[in-house]
Amino acid sequence: MNIILISLLLTLGLGLFFGLFLVISYKKLSVHEDPRVEILLDALPGANCGACGYAGCAGYAEALASGQEKNPGKCAPGGQDVANKVAHILGLDAVSVEKRVAKLMCNGSLENAIRRAEYNGINSCRVADMTIKGDKGCIYGCLGFGDCVKACKFGAMYLGDDGLPHIIEEKCTACGKCVEACPREIIELVPQDRKVFVFCKSLDRGPVAKSYCKVACIGCGLCVKQAPEGSMKLENNLAYIIDSHKVDEVAEKVIGVCPTGAIALDSKFAEVKTL
Amino acid sequence: MVRPLIIFIAAAITNNFILTYFLGLCPFLGVSAKVSSAIGMGFAATFVMTMTAIITNVVDHLILRPLHLDFLQMIVFIFVIAVLVQFVEMVIKKASPSLYKALGIFLPLITTNCIVLGLALLGAMRNYNLIENTFFGFGAGVGFTIALLLISGIREELEVRDVPKALKGAPITLLIAGLMAFAFMGFSGIITLQ
Repeated sequence: MNIILISLLLTLGLGLFFGLFLVISYKKLSVHEDPRVEILLDALPGANCGACGYAGCAGYAEALASGQEKNPGKCAPGGQDVANKVAHILGLDAVSVEKRVAKLMCNGSLENAIRRAEYNGINSCRVADMTIKGDKGCIYGCLGFGDCVKACKFGAMYLGDDGLPHIIEEKCTACGKCVEACPREIIELVPQDRKVFVFCKSLDRGPVAKSYCKVACIGCGLCVKQAPEGSMKLENNLAYIIDSHKVDEVAEKVIGVCPTGAIALDSKFAEVKTL
Repeated sequence: MVRPLIIFIAAAITNNFILTYFLGLCPFLGVSAKVSSAIGMGFAATFVMTMTAIITNVVDHLILRPLHLDFLQMIVFIFVIAVLVQFVEMVIKKASPSLYKALGIFLPLITTNCIVLGLALLGAMRNYNLIENTFFGFGAGVGFTIALLLISGIREELEVRDVPKALKGAPITLLIAGLMAFAFMGFSGIITLQ
């Protein structure tokens, strides 16, 4: 009888002791977690794509909840729906999601680019690229067989008379199918309101690039000198615009500087040029 | 000072908990698909097992044995382990969020794992003192990590190998576990442990 009592008391006592111990340590050690992080995580798509600039959806949710990130519209896959939800959870004003469109980073039209061969093979960029590297002198530019046009599910692309694909921005959803389809990776998804681009992907030296294309980037570096510090760079004979936030500043400074016109305003902003 | 070391080596290799006692087979099969998670689980388990060995030994020697309540060992040890894991989880969460992210999901898995309880009960059965039991627990954790790393390495290789359809997944893993246990049998007899 005695031993039953003792063991009962002991387990009871130990249970109480451990319970108290856990309660106290919980009080002392509990980490304050913002409950909104969980809710935000539920609202976000959970694709962990990193398009927002954070390490996965959890990173973005934490940054939003802690107030470091003020913009609820950074989730590209979620689009406007998710932006509205996130803004609602945080009590922020709803923002319009930055619309992105596909853009062809090459102006090597029939007129501008010199042909070096006659191609009568299968009518596909990928095949032409794998067999004879296309029929143009440039092995970096657009092949002009319209793999991207075939890949577009929204009818937002067509092959123009100039031999280049054109993008109808109103129809473009920035799904990225054309980006994948292009064997030369010259289609990029860019913010719709971005004005200035380097319309060339050629890594050849200036004289070589100029020999096959009128509008190639020849790597002269004039734009880099004119542009605001750190907003452009020259690498492998090609100019790059780095900081997309300063893009308007870049536009002001470098338009007209480029001797070949590889850096240019997007056609829909062409009238701005006169300002 | 030699005896604790012998106990350590015995627990880690010759009497490996997984491959000779067949304790802790659940994480051995469950968390061994990737080397990175195996390392995380191994560290978490080693830490919990060492702490368990220390605290159960103290509880056993200070409370249970003086009161002649040896038969309560199992219940009390489960108590201790559960509380310990909860406590460790809280401490890690507070002290190092990044470590918590790495280990956090594995800690609850350890709470009710037979390898931890088996360790505590075996230590008590063999009348180890505090130092010996600490080495015993640490060695068992190291052995657990070794076994987990070995099988996760093999399983990562298996992903790209042509395994017969009928053996894919759990069957081939169990076959490999058996073969590894055979290999570890080769160590038996190197160290005799009473």
